[in-house]
Amino acid sequence: MRFPLFPDQASTLAPKVDELYFGLTLLSAIMMAIIFLPMLYFLYKYRRGNKVDRSPLRIPLWKIEVTWTVIPLLIVFGFYTWAADIFFDQERPPAEAMDITVIGKQWMWKIQHPEGNREINELHVPTGRAVRLIMTSQDVIHSFFLPAFRVKQDVLPGRYVTEWFQPTKVGTYHLFCAEYCGTSHSGMVGHVIVMEPADYEEWLRVGKPAETMAQSGERLFRELGCSGCHMGNSQIRAPRLEGLFGKPVPLADGQIVMADEKYIRDSILLPQSQIAAGYAPVMPTFAGHISEEELLQLLLYIKSLGLKQPEETR
Amino acid sequence: MNETEAVPVPAPAEVEENYLSAGHTVRSWLLTTDHKRIGLLYLFSIIFFFAIAAVAAAIMRLELLTPPGDLVLSATYNKLFTLHGVIMVWFFLIPSIPNVLGNFLIPMMIGARDVAFPKLNLLSWYLFMAGGLLALHAIIVGGVDTGWTFYTPYSSRYSNTHTVEMALGIFLSGFASILTGLNFIITVHEMRAPGLTWFRLPLFIWSHYATSLILVLATPVLAITLLLMMLERIWGLGIFDPRLGGDPVLFQHLFWFYSHPAVYIMILPSMAVVSELIPCFSRKRIFGYKFIAFASMAIAVLGFVVWGHHMFVSGQSVYAGMIFSILSFIVAIPSGIKVFNWTATLHRGSISFETPMLYALGFIGLFSLGGLTGLFLAALAVDVHVTDTYFVVAHFHYIMVGGTVLAFMGGIHFWWPKITGRMYPEKLGQLAALVTFIGFNLTFFPQFVMGYLGMPRRYHAYAPEFQIYHVLSTAGATILGVGYLLPVIYLLWSLRHGKKAGANPWGATGLEWQTPSPPPVHNFAEVPRVTGEPYDYSPQEEEKKAEDDHA
Amino acid sequence: MPETKRALAEHFETLEQQHQAAWLGMWTFLATEIMFFSGLFMGYIIYRHTYFQSFEIASRHTNIIYGTVNTAILLTSSLTMALGVHAAQEGRNKAVVRYILITILFAAAFMVVKGAEYYEHFKNHEIPGQAFHPIPQAPQAVIFFYLYFAMTGLHAVHVMVGIGVLSVMAWLAARQRFDRVYNTPVELAGLYWHFVDIVWIFLYPLIYLIDRHT
Repeated sequence: MRFPLFPDQASTLAPKVDELYFGLTLLSAIMMAIIFLPMLYFLYKYRRGNKVDRSPLRIPLWKIEVTWTVIPLLIVFGFYTWAADIFFDQERPPAEAMDITVIGKQWMWKIQHPEGNREINELHVPTGRAVRLIMTSQDVIHSFFLPAFRVKQDVLPGRYVTEWFQPTKVGTYHLFCAEYCGTSHSGMVGHVIVMEPADYEEWLRVGKPAETMAQSGERLFRELGCSGCHMGNSQIRAPRLEGLFGKPVPLADGQIVMADEKYIRDSILLPQSQIAAGYAPVMPTFAGHISEEELLQLLLYIKSLGLKQPEETR
Repeated sequence: MNETEAVPVPAPAEVEENYLSAGHTVRSWLLTTDHKRIGLLYLFSIIFFFAIAAVAAAIMRLELLTPPGDLVLSATYNKLFTLHGVIMVWFFLIPSIPNVLGNFLIPMMIGARDVAFPKLNLLSWYLFMAGGLLALHAIIVGGVDTGWTFYTPYSSRYSNTHTVEMALGIFLSGFASILTGLNFIITVHEMRAPGLTWFRLPLFIWSHYATSLILVLATPVLAITLLLMMLERIWGLGIFDPRLGGDPVLFQHLFWFYSHPAVYIMILPSMAVVSELIPCFSRKRIFGYKFIAFASMAIAVLGFVVWGHHMFVSGQSVYAGMIFSILSFIVAIPSGIKVFNWTATLHRGSISFETPMLYALGFIGLFSLGGLTGLFLAALAVDVHVTDTYFVVAHFHYIMVGGTVLAFMGGIHFWWPKITGRMYPEKLGQLAALVTFIGFNLTFFPQFVMGYLGMPRRYHAYAPEFQIYHVLSTAGATILGVGYLLPVIYLLWSLRHGKKAGANPWGATGLEWQTPSPPPVHNFAEVPRVTGEPYDYSPQEEEKKAEDDHA
Repeated sequence: MPETKRALAEHFETLEQQHQAAWLGMWTFLATEIMFFSGLFMGYIIYRHTYFQSFEIASRHTNIIYGTVNTAILLTSSLTMALGVHAAQEGRNKAVVRYILITILFAAAFMVVKGAEYYEHFKNHEIPGQAFHPIPQAPQAVIFFYLYFAMTGLHAVHVMVGIGVLSVMAWLAARQRFDRVYNTPVELAGLYWHFVDIVWIFLYPLIYLIDRHT
């Protein structure tokens, strides 16, 4: 019989979270000792019938109360800072992270790599590289939980959320849905498979589909007619998308927003809500005409355009 | 009329007549406005609901003995944990101590004849029962599978179960909560006996006052949230609907704005009970009276601003997470103050170990552990890993079962002689307390470990490495079940065969012990006057008395 | 004072105590009411912030004339209610009946205007649901209207409850049940009515006025 106490430590984050966990466990043990050793002693010594001095103590009450208010307060502030510091790392993916897209639906995880490889309920990743998941849900709220990496993020319908990790140890680990999502919630599980970088490249190569995600996006961009306005010498004046991603965009109402995943998504589904300055609000909505998967492909395409320099246009 | 003058109540026709013998018909119970009888109506009702929810828990624990889902279907399992959550939270835990013991004791403790609005008090019970029966009906006709948290859009669009009916049941019971809270607030303000100033009130009253503030201010937010959820389901669209640009996370904000304070609705009354038990059985004035009283108020106030710690991974901003984290750390402090003060009360007391005291000591242990693991969950980085796992399940069961249920049992044993006029068999009581404590720890401690291992909550089937902890947990639950059943048996037995209690079997202070057991209809033959501090115990005198008895 | 004796419930010591309890109870109840509405107000504020443009455009589709007329009606009804309470404190039951009936009339007028307003929204396809016609440049207009109907609808329910409560008060007053010493029910009904009025005072600018500055 085995009594495993900790999940594998398979990401750069895992040891940091575990240290904090040990710290909190130690704190709890000390606090329990501080409360219960005296308590047990009192219970024994001052049991009824035992002949001991029971005259009241003469120590000012406020001194005692302030002591056991202020000291714990300082301790918890310390732990807060420690925890918040790690959390900040947990929430901020490094700039060079590779993107992998995840779509949750009742009751499976659909994953697509930028190279175009798709998988269901499995996620292959290389060691030594930061991986950033761009996630959304097709129906209810799910949660992408990788215990071995100590990361978890609720996956919401109608918006993109991200989660990042850097695997450190080759192996196969659990993937769980952690937010209750209906009948087969406990069946919405899978594995994350961490490989050596060379093995990962090989895995990508073997399963390589015809198109990368950006290429699929480019094809959609043409098929859906986006290129008619946003590319080339179109009659209709629409914002050019080269060099757009990650840059601030001035809007017609004077606000300035960052062209991030959310902005691209909203611009495709709700084009009327954020009009770029200097353009007419003529774009139709694509809500209902485009799946979450296609949206992500378009997103990666537009993101890839973001790396190009905008051509000089009149 | 002169306000300060005590007015004698007309002497009861028979000296023997008490609130129980004042009428034996069903009608005399169903139309009663006596706070003591309403307390008992609540007692029967919540035990009924507790039994149903406990059976659901038992089936779940059996299912979880083995990794694959082999006892019930996953759809059934989902309905079971929803049933367990909804019934336990709204139809047992929230009304448990306030509506039973609070109803019974608050007027007596402050020397009043009844609560301020007796008819509203009865209405509260009827609303509670209407809500409870509606929820029960929803369960019988097919159940609900959303979890007690009703997260949108699952509850509003995707679930195929009786969500609206269940939510309506909770909605109604919410109004019962509001009426009770309102009644308590006004009762404490307006009905205190002459001389009973705020700082002469038992801490039971302070804690219930704080609880009532939460009941009155948080429950309506739940009501409107559930109303919007129900509307969204009936109407087919609404403000939590992502298809319209609505935000399902807003539902979570509104839900937890109620449901986090609701945790304090459950725990503050149990602190109320423990603050009565510890001084009585250590025969010592409570240590740091004012600090405990203000800690209750601090918990009530701070409890309103920590709801976001349920949502660290739900997609709220990093900065919101950080603010809610620090506030959640701070809210631990007043609870800590209480634990320290209870422990200090024992110092130089004259301690005896009757059943209620055992429950109170058990409460301090389990509540402390529950509170300390709360720090793990307030710590952002650790919470990301353990939220929505069994770590959370273990944590809140330490607070709600280890805390509230133990305190409730302690309170029931302590005031049983007052309520029924009979004593229960002491040795059996002590045994049951011990069994409960052991069973509880065996059930829930392994869940901390498997939570950190990564076992998600609400899983019908699970990975094999978690099994050992599930087996331990199920074994513990069996023992815990025995711990719950024992008191039911001997308490019922004591109704007929228990020895007569007398007005004050524990030698406790407090106005409720100065009137016969069971109390007369209007509690006191004459409105008492209060001239001193509460908890007027003396360990030295107790020792002298014990010595004399011995001689 | 036989009337007064009858009015004192047996668990209270004095009429003063009973009055205090009822008064405090009403205020506590109003506090819960405020929290009840605050959930909706919170939702409105958050979405207004998120979907600023949609809300700005959609709110111009409300009818400011109906809104303003209703504000005037409710404010005046608060005055007649206050006069009714004053009359009750002086034990003038006849005047109480008169003022309360006027207040009820105002309340009914409010509901009529509200109905006309809702009907107009119905005709314009502005009720969220299948028949809702999208408003150009305001993709989230439907959220605005959803909240609009939720908030004003909940308020209208409170007005109707108010009509019920006031009717009972008028009936009691007609039976000479109040005097200089015992008039708490009228006072509390008045308190409730002012609350209903105050909620509207918040709703009116939030819905009708806030985006009309341009």
